[in-house]
Amino acid sequence: MSERREHRTAVSLNGLREDDPHLQPAARNPQLVERVIALTLLVGVVLIIGFGAAYWVNAAPWTLGATMGGGLFFLGVGLIAWAKYLMARGPFVEERHVLATSQEDRDAFAAAIVERGGGVVKRRRVLGGLVGGGLGAFGVVALFPLLRSLGPLPKGTLFHTDWRAGSFAVDITGRRIHVSDLAVGSIVTVFPEGTQNTDRGQAVDQTVLIRLSNENFTTQKGRESWGPMGYIAYSKLCTHLGCPVGLYEQQLQLLVCPCHQSMFNVNNGAIPNFGPAPRPLPQLPLYIDAAGYIRSQSDYHEPVGPGFWERS
Amino acid sequence: MSNAVVTKRSKKQALGRYGRVGKALDELDDRLGVAKGGRSFLDKIFPDHWSFMLGEIALYSFVVLLATGVFLSLYYIPSSAIVTYHGSYLPLDGQSMTEAYASTVNLSFAVRAGLLMRQMHHWAADIFIGAMVVHMARVFFTGAFRKPRELNWTIGVTLLTLAIVNGFLGYSLPDDLVSGTGIRIAYSIILSVPLVGTYLAFFVFGGNFPGTAVLPRFFILHVLVVPGIMLALVSAHMILLVRQKHTQFPGEGRTEDNVVGTPMFPVFMAKTTGFMLIVTGVTALLGAFAQINPIWQFGPYDASRISYAVQPDWYMAFLDGALRIFPAWSFHSFGHTIPLEVTIPAVIFPGLVFGLAYAWPALERMVTKDVAPHNLLDRPSSRPKRTAAGVAVLAAISMLFIASSTDVIANFFHISLNTVLWAMRVLVLVSPFIAYPIAYKIASEMHATRGSGKRKTANVVTRTDEGEYVATAAPAYADDVAHDLAPTPVPQYIEAVEADEEPDDGVRTIDR
Repeated sequence: MSERREHRTAVSLNGLREDDPHLQPAARNPQLVERVIALTLLVGVVLIIGFGAAYWVNAAPWTLGATMGGGLFFLGVGLIAWAKYLMARGPFVEERHVLATSQEDRDAFAAAIVERGGGVVKRRRVLGGLVGGGLGAFGVVALFPLLRSLGPLPKGTLFHTDWRAGSFAVDITGRRIHVSDLAVGSIVTVFPEGTQNTDRGQAVDQTVLIRLSNENFTTQKGRESWGPMGYIAYSKLCTHLGCPVGLYEQQLQLLVCPCHQSMFNVNNGAIPNFGPAPRPLPQLPLYIDAAGYIRSQSDYHEPVGPGFWERS
Repeated sequence: MSNAVVTKRSKKQALGRYGRVGKALDELDDRLGVAKGGRSFLDKIFPDHWSFMLGEIALYSFVVLLATGVFLSLYYIPSSAIVTYHGSYLPLDGQSMTEAYASTVNLSFAVRAGLLMRQMHHWAADIFIGAMVVHMARVFFTGAFRKPRELNWTIGVTLLTLAIVNGFLGYSLPDDLVSGTGIRIAYSIILSVPLVGTYLAFFVFGGNFPGTAVLPRFFILHVLVVPGIMLALVSAHMILLVRQKHTQFPGEGRTEDNVVGTPMFPVFMAKTTGFMLIVTGVTALLGAFAQINPIWQFGPYDASRISYAVQPDWYMAFLDGALRIFPAWSFHSFGHTIPLEVTIPAVIFPGLVFGLAYAWPALERMVTKDVAPHNLLDRPSSRPKRTAAGVAVLAAISMLFIASSTDVIANFFHISLNTVLWAMRVLVLVSPFIAYPIAYKIASEMHATRGSGKRKTANVVTRTDEGEYVATAAPAYADDVAHDLAPTPVPQYIEAVEADEEPDDGVRTIDR
């Protein structure tokens, strides 16, 4: 007995007695709760070991997730239950210390900045100006080349595509589109020959080629020669945000943008009749050459895709 | 008594009363002087309320994001070089795609636990931002942002903004058909900024869309720059929280000048560690059983292809909804275009929403003229105007969230897209004006009801032997009683007494 007591350390609990209710567990039956928690933690440990085994044998992803997630979950529940039901239940309190310091401290702090620092700067205005100016200039100088070298200037790139006078319209495989290829009412995505496999070709030059029946079609002013034999081509870039106008409603003769549901009437100059797109899809002037291939008369006459500041 | 015991005891005595721990702390304190601060940190009191765990969910999802993100970065290749896929996922065999997409498919199928890590990462991101939003709502509706905590509110709003940006950047990295479309839209939104939009877009993307710079740039922003800033801000958020101490709800023994709850060590530490394990565990279970973002089904990005029913992750949906329902009001004049149909919903509107969030503490102070520091929280019902204002903003944003699926709604209910569009336009504009008075009324009625926020005990009616009926209040609920103990300071083990002495009153002995 005396042997054991040597191993004890007696400490003051500043007024709290051993049997103080604050220091008791919240559980009414701590032995039972301890057993339940032990069981919970054991399930967690078993699952974690199972995770290791599952990883070792390269089991299916769901097995890995189930064992790891389940294991961590049970360990977490056990740990929280231990804290909640078996540790001192409290409640405990602590005083807040006032964050604000004394007025003297504040004055001394402000004085140190204003008087000491201000005095130095006031006496040596030129030096202060030079240091400040130099650092400011460094900031500007560092910023300018950094920004400038991030990318090329836009210049005219947004105003042009790779369609030229005489470009052959080819599909994604590079096959030239012949006048006999499309049945009335069908549609194909075309590119100027040579760009069909390039990023820029797919992102900027993409064009929908539709063969319309001549009924109901309204030719826009100045575009009388742009759609030979019912072949008509519009930029595939939505004028709202540049998504490809990838859905074609053949019955309604509408091109639909799946991103924000702008709809363009292909029978009437691709004028938007629904949704947030503000402009018609630009039309590409076409002609059919002597061999019967679809070619472009020129580039688009306006920038394709979404709006931007420099666009008129 | 065996020799072994003697040796053990003499070793212990050589180390001092607190053994190895004490020795290590002595060494540390000699160099850093941490004992005093460390002790008071262990005694720090954390108030108990379920709503205080929302921020913890955010914190621990962030930890999961960092851990799973490091794993993913070991296998992901941020390159738009074109490769031909010959991996283990046969439906894509022989297709040409960017290295970024190919490496994402590979880490999903060929790397052990890769798919689980990718799904956990995506789920954790969605949970992270969700928890931040709900945590922010808690702080807002309880007035926890008031003096002295305005700075921490500002840090929190910044964290939310950065999290949304980083979520979008990460979502873009696999370069699949759906995320590529998202990048295209982001490019067009930057392009829509008046005056400098084209320059901004060219500098961010290194040229016209798509270019080859965007994936490496998004990658380094996503894994280093933005998370680095966020880590610093999360630390600042925590340091301010410790320095200013927690807010607490009013209750027995709770005043503006104290904090009542459980001490940091060991109770809170055990609880919060357990909670971290649960958050991680639930994320892993979601990663295991709830498929998210199956990029191998979408296929690689091709700017001229698109998928139907394209929607961004949930936290971007309110912007997508705004873009869908805003009218086609492009402004042309003096040879210039301002694409208002994009600028207003996607640039100005989010700027206003987050600007309002930043400005709210100052705005409220201007209205209430309340400049006193507050450590006790409001119940949402006790500030009906603030509560109603918050509910009104949430109502409008929820409607925008719903508006991001106009096409799905129209298909599902077999109604015309036009009807859905106009319904959403009306709902977005009208819902705040409906939500405000309803929330105001509910809050002020709740506030007017006496004893709101407390469970009422039953009235027990008994009949006496004389036949008289007597109503008496039933005793309080057992778990209410448990909290009715007056709070006490954390026990301080301040004075050690030699063991052989008989303990006095107020002195206890414990087993070491």
